[in-house]
Amino acid sequence: MTEAAELGFSEFEAMLVYDDEMTLRVLDILCAKLKRPRGELLEDLGTYLVSHPKMEGLRRLLRFGGETYVEFLHSLDDLSDRARLAVSDLTLPVLELREVSHAEFQLYCYPGLKGYSSVMVGVLRAIADDYGALAMLSHAGTEGEVEIISIVLIESAFTEGRQFDLGARG
Amino acid sequence: MMETSDLSSLLGLLCPMFVLVDEQGQITSVGPTLQKLRPEQPMQGQGFLDLFELVRPRSITTTAALLSLAGAKLHLKLRDEPRTALKGLVAPLPGNKGAIINLSFGISILDAVRDYALTSADFSGTDLAIELLYLVEAKSAAMEASRSLNLRLQGAMLAAEEQAFTDMLTGLKNRRAMDVLLGHMASGNAPFALMHLDLDFFKSVNDRLGHAAGDFVLQQAARIMEEETRSDDMVARVGGDEFVIIIKGLIDQKVLCSIAGRLIDRLREPTIFESETCKVSASVGIALSTQFSTLKAAEILKAADQALYDAKRSGRSRYSFFSPTAGSITDPPSLQGSPQPRPGISGQ
Repeated sequence: MTEAAELGFSEFEAMLVYDDEMTLRVLDILCAKLKRPRGELLEDLGTYLVSHPKMEGLRRLLRFGGETYVEFLHSLDDLSDRARLAVSDLTLPVLELREVSHAEFQLYCYPGLKGYSSVMVGVLRAIADDYGALAMLSHAGTEGEVEIISIVLIESAFTEGRQFDLGARG
Repeated sequence: MMETSDLSSLLGLLCPMFVLVDEQGQITSVGPTLQKLRPEQPMQGQGFLDLFELVRPRSITTTAALLSLAGAKLHLKLRDEPRTALKGLVAPLPGNKGAIINLSFGISILDAVRDYALTSADFSGTDLAIELLYLVEAKSAAMEASRSLNLRLQGAMLAAEEQAFTDMLTGLKNRRAMDVLLGHMASGNAPFALMHLDLDFFKSVNDRLGHAAGDFVLQQAARIMEEETRSDDMVARVGGDEFVIIIKGLIDQKVLCSIAGRLIDRLREPTIFESETCKVSASVGIALSTQFSTLKAAEILKAADQALYDAKRSGRSRYSFFSPTAGSITDPPSLQGSPQPRPGISGQ
């Protein structure tokens, strides 16, 4: 795959910075190979980031956002600042949560990283499971360059969810 | 003055690790998070100094002295296990009615959340504890990722360096590695011997049977040289069919003769490559580090090269020692003068 993208190397390193264009090329080849649209693939990537055991660290960092799914949703406003606090040159697009009603939200994804809103849909879906919340997620169009995700909370305590233990450090 | 119960619920909300003590130092009320540290043992009714040990200021042992410490920073420890460290601040109540002592974890928070299974609900909304925990975890994750990247890069660097010092065909060291090691050896005091070995008839194998056969012969020769030397010694391929062997700590000519003799014996044994017989032999020139008053890498190399030339002149499959007094090496009689305790093995 990396060969087809003509990167000149075979593995991406987590802490290094790569050209956006390179990433998109790998994505396109991946989509073609798996015969799946880019949006879908990125949603799966978001789900993987939160739910795969190898990514436990990231799940925990997100769970620090709040006690409940709604609190977590509100903490997304701070996500890009938090990310920068941990890794100073990691710039994530700004997110803004707008409350439509007590069970309906819209997440505004500001530009900066192509496909970020698709990844976020996957993240939000997986972390809802993590909190045991039942939520409907969908893309709700764009406003200029801003992409909007609609979140409808059907049941905030649908299942037990997964345990989050503050002190469970590796 | 407010009732104690009202004050307690107010304090519980604002600082869930407060302790309310009366003028005798008895605990009248504690915050819910503090009580969570000793769930089986109600703190209310116990003496504050019986439960907590004052680490700093250490001189304080009485309640009166404790209550007089308004605004001072306290360092405390629980008296029984787990002996969690706490920070504290005393605020005396008006009218000598005891004091409010507010406690917090300070840096012990990392252990405390684990030891007492605390959740974010145990901290007041304005407390930075959760942010601190978040930061510690985020930084550790980032550090871990960087560390593993460093390890991989270091591995790649070592592999690249190893390659740069290795002759890819034979796996022996290359000219560069030999230069580096010889440079070190020349500037050090330890004696050593340097053998310059040249394969005779290699070119004819190459021409007659092709490069694959030539490569095969070189690999076999490399294997023999490695087997006939100690792992401490260095065998390097410094040219097409030229090798340098540095033998550390050995200048005994008798022993060196037997090494050179064995090398020549084994190298002239014919080998079979794709049912063709390959025949080569070897000539060896030897110089000793002790033959020079001030040792330079280039000089000892040149000396071994001269000795090799001598060996070749006297017939193939021979070895020869460098003779500093021999003068012109092209003069055949000088060969007889070379310090050769045992005659070289004759060719054929």
